[in-house]
Amino acid sequence: MDRRENIKVLLTGTVATGFLLSSGCKPDADTTTTDIELKGYGRVPQEILHDKKISNETFFSDKEKKMVTILVDIIIPKDEKSGSATEAGVPDFIEFMMKDYPKFQTPMRGGLMWLENFSLASYDKSFVDITHEQRIALIDQIAYPDTASVEMKNGVKFFNLIRNLTCTGFFTSEMGINDLGYVGNRPNQWNGVPDDVLKKFGLEYDQRTLETCLKIEDQHKIAKWDAEGNLIG
Amino acid sequence: MSFHIKEQDKKYDVCIVGSGAGGGMAAKILSEAGLSVAVLEAGGDFDPAKEEYRTQLRWPYESPRRGANTQRAFGDFDAAWGGWEIDGEPYTRAEGTQFDWFRSRMLGGRTNHWGRISLRFGPLDFKRKDVDGLGENWPISYDDVKPYYDKVDQLIGIFGTKEGIYNEPDGFFLPPPKPRLHELFVKKGAAQAKVPVIPSRLSILTRKINTERGVCFFCAQCNRACQVYADFSSSTCLVKPAMQKGKVELYTHAMVREVITNDQGLATGVVYIDKKDLNEYRIGAKVVVLAASACETARIMLNSKSKQHPDGLSNSSGVVGRYLHDSTGTDRMGILPELIDRPRYNEDGVGGLHVYSPWWLDNKKLDFPRGYHLEYWGGMGMPSYGFGFGMDTMRKYITDELGKPTANGGYGAGLKNDVRRIYGSTVGMSGRGESIPQYDNYCAIDPDTVDKYGIPVLKFHYKWTDHEVKQSKHMHDTFEEILTGMGAIILGTKPGPETQYGLAAPGRIIHEVGTTRMGDDPKTSVLNKYAQAHECKNVFVVDGGSFVSQADKNPTWTILALSWRTSEYIINQLKSQNI
Repeated sequence: MDRRENIKVLLTGTVATGFLLSSGCKPDADTTTTDIELKGYGRVPQEILHDKKISNETFFSDKEKKMVTILVDIIIPKDEKSGSATEAGVPDFIEFMMKDYPKFQTPMRGGLMWLENFSLASYDKSFVDITHEQRIALIDQIAYPDTASVEMKNGVKFFNLIRNLTCTGFFTSEMGINDLGYVGNRPNQWNGVPDDVLKKFGLEYDQRTLETCLKIEDQHKIAKWDAEGNLIG
Repeated sequence: MSFHIKEQDKKYDVCIVGSGAGGGMAAKILSEAGLSVAVLEAGGDFDPAKEEYRTQLRWPYESPRRGANTQRAFGDFDAAWGGWEIDGEPYTRAEGTQFDWFRSRMLGGRTNHWGRISLRFGPLDFKRKDVDGLGENWPISYDDVKPYYDKVDQLIGIFGTKEGIYNEPDGFFLPPPKPRLHELFVKKGAAQAKVPVIPSRLSILTRKINTERGVCFFCAQCNRACQVYADFSSSTCLVKPAMQKGKVELYTHAMVREVITNDQGLATGVVYIDKKDLNEYRIGAKVVVLAASACETARIMLNSKSKQHPDGLSNSSGVVGRYLHDSTGTDRMGILPELIDRPRYNEDGVGGLHVYSPWWLDNKKLDFPRGYHLEYWGGMGMPSYGFGFGMDTMRKYITDELGKPTANGGYGAGLKNDVRRIYGSTVGMSGRGESIPQYDNYCAIDPDTVDKYGIPVLKFHYKWTDHEVKQSKHMHDTFEEILTGMGAIILGTKPGPETQYGLAAPGRIIHEVGTTRMGDDPKTSVLNKYAQAHECKNVFVVDGGSFVSQADKNPTWTILALSWRTSEYIINQLKSQNI
C-alpha cells in the first residue's frame, strides 16, 4: 500500500486528518539552521525569541570554524553509504549548540586552542595549515581514551566532546537518519516483530500473546465490553 | 479580599482551578450535570491538533538543537510547556533538603506529555498501614473507587490484559500491542530473575472507543501529544469536549492566588492574576474545586488566609502541605551484543513500553517496606540529540569479524560504521516505587520570596528516609539480575550509598502527592473521604493532594477516578442543598 493511502486508511474518520493528509509524513525541511525563523516546530513565543536571538550571534571565529570543519570530517568522513559531517550540516549544528548550551563554550574553545598549541609545538604551524597526515598524527594521540598518555588528557577530553557532537549531529540529520536506516516517524501498523527477525533471534510470540494482543484489522471497530470488562466487540 | 480587585462580571456554580487530570474530569462531570463551570488555567491554550503547537511527527533536524533538552526538560519535541524551573515562578528549598517541582503551564497540564502508564491502585494500596504499620490508611477502600476506575477505563481508553493479580486489579482493557524485540529479550532475562513481565497498561487507543478520537498510528511519540487524540490528555479528552457540550468557560493565563471566603468561612470564589495584563480579577462561585496540582493547591490554600482561616484555608490542623511524597526512581542500562548489527524495520510502536513488571515480592522477606514496578526501554527509536554520544566508552563492546573488540573512541569510516552497528542495541529499565509519606516532608510558604505575580512561593523540605534508599538499592540488584539474564553487558557502575543508590531526588519522578490528604480525623487530615475540605465545605481538592499514600503505581488514573467520585458528590450535595 502506498504511504499516502496508508495514512488515509489509518486516519479515516478521525478528528484531525487535515495536517497528515496534506503534508504527508516526511517534512521537506532542510538540515541547516540558518533559516529557522521561517520554520515552526511547535514553539511558544519565548522559545522563538531565544532561537532567533542566538541564531543571530556568532560563536566560532573564522579560524575556529575552519578547525571544526576539518575535525568533523575526520570524525565522520564520506563513505560508500553517505556523505561527510560537513555535508550533513554538522558545523552549523555545533555552532548553534555552543550558544544554546553555554557550558560547552569553554571546553570547546579551550580544546581548539589546546589543539592549535599542540600543532604549533609539533610542527611550528597552525592546525589549519598542516597536512592531513600531520593532523592524523596529532589526532591519533588524543582519539583513544583508554591508551592515550596522561599528558594528552586535555586533548582526549576535547576530542570526546567534538566526537560526541559530530556523531549526534550527523546521525540526527536527514542524511544520517537515512544512513542509519531508521524507518519510523510516520503512521504505521505495528503488528509485532517481523517473522524473519524473530526467527533470526530464535524467538517467537507465545500463544497467549498472540491471542490477547491487538489484531490490526480490528483497530477501527469501536470497542465494547461486558459488565466484567471482557472485550466483546 | 480588598478593594482594588476588579470584579469579574461572571459568577459560576463551580470554579475549577487547574485543567489537568483532576480539573478536566471535574469540568466534564460537573458541566454534564448542567452546572456552569469556570476552568482557570495558569498557562496557555493548547490543542495538539493545531499545526502551530504540533511537535508530533517532526524530525530531529527540524530543531536547530536536534531535540536537545536545553530549552524543554524532556527535549524540544516534548509537549510540556514548563519544567522543573520556570522563569518568574521560583520556589525554594530548606537547607540540606531536596525537591524539584515540575509544572506544565498549559491547558491539560502535565497530562500532555506523561507516559500514559495508567495503573489502578489495588486493595492493599489503600490500606498500607494495615500491612506494614507505616504511614496511614486511606479512609476509603478499593471497593469505593473501583466503579470509577471502571468508568474511567471506558471513557478514556486503556490497553492491557486481564491477569488476575490481586493488587493489580484488571479493568476494561483494549488489546495491547505485541512486544518489541528488546522486550522479548527482557521477558527472557526477567524470567531468569523470577520477575513477572506482563503487557503494559497505557491510556492509548489501540482501538477506537468512540467517533471523536482517532486510533493509535504507532509513532511512539505520546509525550509530544497526539494530533488525532489517540492518547489521553485532559485537554483533548475532557476539557475541550466539556466546553463543546456544556456551560464551561476557560480562562487561560489565570494564575490563582487565593480562595476568598465570607464571614462564615465559606468560599465565595477565587482571586487570580491575569498573566497577560498583570491585573487581579475575581471569579465568584458557589463551589471551588482545587485541581492545581498537589503543591500548587497547597500553596493556594496556605496563601488563602482570613479571619476564619488564619493559618490558611481549612488548615487549623497544620496539615496543608505536609506528607508531600513522590515516587522513588532509579535506572540502569546495558547493551545487548546480540542486537548489534540488527536488521532494520519500523519498531516505533506505541509511546512507551509495551511490557512492564508489577511488584512481585513480599516485603516481609525484605529490608524495606512497599514495592516498585519496572519499566523497560530500548529499541530502534528515532535518533535524537544524544544518539551517537559515548563512543569513547561503548565502542569496545563492538567486535570485528574476528571477534576482536574495537578500541574505545577513534574517528573515521570505522567509527561511522560502528555507530550504525550499535544503533538499537541498548536496553534499559527504570524502577518506580512507593515511598512512605512523612509529616516532616512538606512544602510551606516561604515568607521571603514572591513570584513575578507577587504571590508568595513554596519552600520545600524533603529528605528521603532509609526505606526509600534501601528500596533503590534493591532495584539496582534487580536491574543487574535481569540485564545479566537477558545477555546484556551492563553499562556504567552500580551506584552505592554515596548517591543513595542512584535514588532520584524527590520531585524528579513527577508523581508528587499527599499535601492535602484525606482522612476521617480533621486533626490529621485536610479533606474528608470525598475530598471536601474539613473546615470549608464548599471547597474540594481533586488533584493528587488528597492522596494518603502513592502506591507503586502512577497517580493519574486514581486522580481521574477520585475526581469523578468527588464531582458526583458535589452534584448530590448541591441538589440536597448541603453546600
